Amino acid sequence: MSTNFDQIEKDALEALAAAADSAALEKWRMACLGRSAPLMAALGTLGTLPKEERKAFGQRGNQVKQALERAFEEASDRIGHAELASALAAGAIDVTAPGRRRGRGRLHPATQTLRRIYAIFAEMGFQIYRSREVETDELNFGLLNMPPHHPARDMWDTFYTTAPNVILRTHTSPGQIHVMRERCPQPIRVILPGMCYRYEQITARSEIQFYQVEGLAVGRHITMADLKGTLTAFAHALFGPGVRTRFRSDHFPFTEPSAEMDVECFVCDGRGCPVCKQSGWLEILGCGMVHPEVLQNGGYDPREFSGFAFGMGPQRITMLMHKIEDIRYFFANDLRFLEQF
Amino acid sequence: MRVPLTWLRDYVAITDSPEELASRLTFAGLEVEDLEYVGLAPASQPIAGLPAAGRSGPPARGLAWDPATIVIAQVLEVMPHPNADRLTLLRVDDGSITEHVVLTGAPNLFHLKGTGPLAKPLKIVYAREGAVLYDGHKPGREVMTLKRAKIRGVESASMACSEKELGISDDHDGIILLDDDAPVGAAAADYMGDVVFEVKINPNMARNACVLGIAREISALTGAPLRPPALSVTLTGAPIAGRVGIEIREPGLNPRFVLGLLEGARVAPSPYWVQRRLRLAGTRPISNIVDATNFVMFELGEPLHAFDWDVLVGRAGSKRPTIITRRAEPGETLRTLDGVDRRLDAFTVLVCDEQGPLSMAGVMGGAESEVADGTVSVLLEGAAWDLISVRQTVKAQGLPSEASYRFSRGVHPGLAEKGVARALELMRQWTGGTVARGLVDSYPGRPEPVVVDITPAEIERQLGVRIPLDDVVRILRALKFGCEVSGDHADPHAIIRATAPDHRLDIGTGVVGRADIVEEVARIYGYARIPETLLGEVLPPPHPNRDVELEEQVRDVLASVGLQEVVTYSLTSPEREARLRAADAGGDEVAYVRLANPIVVDRVVMRRTLLAGVIESAVANSRHTDRLACFEVGNVFLPREGEALPDEPRRVAILVSGARSPHGWQPADRAPMDFFDVKGVVEELAEALAVTGVTFEPGEHATLRPGRTARVLVDGAPVGWAGELHPAVAERFDLKGPAVIVAELELDPILAKAIDRNPTRPVPVYPPVKEDLAFVLDRSVPVARVLEVIRAAGGPMLAGATLFDEYAGDQVGAGKRSLAFSLTYQAPDRTLTDADARKIRDRVATALAEELGAVLRG
Ligand SMILES: [Zn+2]
Repeated sequence: MSTNFDQIEKDALEALAAAADSAALEKWRMACLGRSAPLMAALGTLGTLPKEERKAFGQRGNQVKQALERAFEEASDRIGHAELASALAAGAIDVTAPGRRRGRGRLHPATQTLRRIYAIFAEMGFQIYRSREVETDELNFGLLNMPPHHPARDMWDTFYTTAPNVILRTHTSPGQIHVMRERCPQPIRVILPGMCYRYEQITARSEIQFYQVEGLAVGRHITMADLKGTLTAFAHALFGPGVRTRFRSDHFPFTEPSAEMDVECFVCDGRGCPVCKQSGWLEILGCGMVHPEVLQNGGYDPREFSGFAFGMGPQRITMLMHKIEDIRYFFANDLRFLEQF
Repeated sequence: MRVPLTWLRDYVAITDSPEELASRLTFAGLEVEDLEYVGLAPASQPIAGLPAAGRSGPPARGLAWDPATIVIAQVLEVMPHPNADRLTLLRVDDGSITEHVVLTGAPNLFHLKGTGPLAKPLKIVYAREGAVLYDGHKPGREVMTLKRAKIRGVESASMACSEKELGISDDHDGIILLDDDAPVGAAAADYMGDVVFEVKINPNMARNACVLGIAREISALTGAPLRPPALSVTLTGAPIAGRVGIEIREPGLNPRFVLGLLEGARVAPSPYWVQRRLRLAGTRPISNIVDATNFVMFELGEPLHAFDWDVLVGRAGSKRPTIITRRAEPGETLRTLDGVDRRLDAFTVLVCDEQGPLSMAGVMGGAESEVADGTVSVLLEGAAWDLISVRQTVKAQGLPSEASYRFSRGVHPGLAEKGVARALELMRQWTGGTVARGLVDSYPGRPEPVVVDITPAEIERQLGVRIPLDDVVRILRALKFGCEVSGDHADPHAIIRATAPDHRLDIGTGVVGRADIVEEVARIYGYARIPETLLGEVLPPPHPNRDVELEEQVRDVLASVGLQEVVTYSLTSPEREARLRAADAGGDEVAYVRLANPIVVDRVVMRRTLLAGVIESAVANSRHTDRLACFEVGNVFLPREGEALPDEPRRVAILVSGARSPHGWQPADRAPMDFFDVKGVVEELAEALAVTGVTFEPGEHATLRPGRTARVLVDGAPVGWAGELHPAVAERFDLKGPAVIVAELELDPILAKAIDRNPTRPVPVYPPVKEDLAFVLDRSVPVARVLEVIRAAGGPMLAGATLFDEYAGDQVGAGKRSLAFSLTYQAPDRTLTDADARKIRDRVATALAEELGAVLRG
């Protein structure tokens, strides 16, 4: 009978080796370890054997059974792994194909620069104040120390409307009068952003409309030294802590003394380049001490109060920082431009 | 204004390099916009060619004349050219041992050809071989090096120079003939090399539109004393008194009128040094008489006018002429010296005699009384005019000139007499005439002296720096203010009484005058010496800035859902906005804020909508992309009945078109966006701002496609529109790609509802029960209505109801559709049972059946 077991084991292991997939494996398990398998049939005859043979027969039979079970486990693992591997291989994707981007929205570059300016001045206590774009001649010029026919009006090429004495504001300065009249006699620290308009040919360097940001501080002890300190702090925050500033005398009807602030060219570190026209300096903003007439028109007594004001073009600053050569890009809204910010 | 360095040096010693001087002037408010070398060499680059750019000033340009190759020489004889009639050969002595023969085609020597050795040699600028010059035969300014060449058989290596070749002017009609004092053999650069400063004159600097004004500033800035020109005249003629009268009708328009008389003049070209200076200052030399008036205008800032005296006497019938200044009368005309007959406006001030107008005061003279080649006697006018009248006349007649430039910015009447005296003396020297004794001076508008009291303390209050009183006085005196100090010079409250000089009109009185003085002191003291401090002032009370914050939040939300911000022009045209109307609404006159002086035809009104602009952006981008998702936040301008100023409400516009995913490549990503994409953006915005009560209802809008148009409401009040662009509108904008969906909403009513303290609900702790139910309804029943019924019937335990499928087709029958909802049931205090869920479901199904005729699909 013992040769019987050897043969059974040998046959079964050979059959197992031939099983290539989990279905064949299951078929083998039924055939070799199932109820009707030859091994089971042989083990079923145990009771019929003489007592002295039973022990050896039983031991041998169980050995074979365990061996087959072990072999089955191994085969099962092997085939399982192989099958999983091929299933995964079938599900492979091309990871080099483009991702599904949700599309990040962007703020307009002018908005981004405006926000940087807002943030820097907010830290110095300046809040935002806005006023209308279609203004009266009086607010845009008269109350800013430019009566009709004043020569300084030549500095602004103005769009007039068909309504008498109604114009498109040429600067955000009318807001200075609005805010002073609203808040007098409180001290004031505001910045005045907004769209302004000029009667100018549209070219790479000039536009009929543009953003401006002005600033105004009014109080009892404000000096030109404060003006210089505040604007230099602004320049350091926007262009870098090491950047040098310089103030040149200039003229605006609504400030006196008036100045132009230059910032050391951040493109060439002041060595001279095409952006700064080889001068090493970039003209960034106009500023000055609020003219006594303007203070008075805002309700403040110039003998007690003083103040400073400044104005800058955020688009020009954006152009300098990003080497933009044509101001018309701003309102052309070409995505190929806007998506670079 | 163009200011030659050599002219400045007549009045003030200058030790700065031109670059340093330019920088000094620029910092003091006289911006030097351009430095042009005309002969001299910049310090950084001593030899010819284009100079290197200045380090911290304006870009320098021009031509330096090499002292070795460009020298003064004299022409000894003008000889004919053997082979060319139009050329001559000059026998030239350039101070070296040998004479030279120079070939030239200069017409201004032609009359001397073949006349033998000249009795008086002519002084010229002589360029030797290798000299670097501008090419006289090429347009513009092109640098060339003089080379040996054979012209018509005669070899030539040198040249007699024209002004163009040296960069003095664009004149190439003849060679320069220098004054007799020119030293033969000297370097031309040493004799007349120059640098021209182009100085920007701000409106408050009108007094500095002259060489003496700039020299005065330099004197104040450097401490070098000012040496103004002498104003003494050699008077040898018969007195002028009694020979001419002056009648000023409106002293407000003509505060002063001064006349002087020169007789026996010989009209001829001015000395070359005068011509050169006028050229460099930017004007053309005409004749000694006209040049003298221009020279004094550039020198002192007083424009003058010369009349032919004999013409005036003739007009007066040989009697005493009377000069009358007055406004033009209706219909009056004048032929000006440019030959144009001009209709005169009532604001134009005229200089007349009893027979009629002679000139437009301060703007342009008349043709009849103009000084001409045959003029023998000159009546010279120096006056002051109302600047507004001059401005209006210049503008109306389109006649800007050097004279009107100055008068329209204000010329102090104190200059009139000085100008006349100076010019009479120059004319005397240059024409050989005699000057009549005395002047006729009518000065009815003599201004009060301008006196300002100021203290060092006031200056410190404005500037934040203590400038010693003596320094303040020194600065003001250098600027020719009169100064008297009362009090101890060490006391910051000591008063300086400053009297403005009689060439300035820009100093006010009282508090304004003090600001004017502070500026003068600060300019000369130097802004760089003012310290930098941070505001020590108390912070103003904070003012709510919510309006701005919310607007910025709108931008952030819209960008966060993938929209690109655009900014479009607020200036547009009615035609551009009319394209938004699908049907031609003829005769529909829309009220606009309209420009009186538009600069381009398609930017003539202020926009009433943001839509035209954002759609135009889509059009512009459609040439390179078929996808756009953008927004704009901005103002529109709506005229108000009976109000001068328009309403300027803020709006937001949204536009989407093309593939849903910007970079996707799979079919679902490529699906085009539709109405619900825009609606979703609006819903996201409302949620982000915690604005409740936003609803959409079907509507009709001229721009939008019928059936895909919604009116957007907040709490039932309309705030705008959303919808797909009407195909006819898309066609008008030439949009041929995928559907374009837009929305335009009023921002103010939406932001007014925004809350930033919206209450929260606790997060549920018990598990929800979810189930999906589908109902068949009439197609006409809107989803919003179905959801309304579901929510009402579901009661508090219905935590959510979401549409997840729509089906229309054979299975549900014609005119019907199936809507599938995912319902979530939840209680705050317990886990719901199947029985609870069934109860809610039954309530919902019953309500839908009863109210909307819905059938639950099983
Ligand atoms: Zn640079």
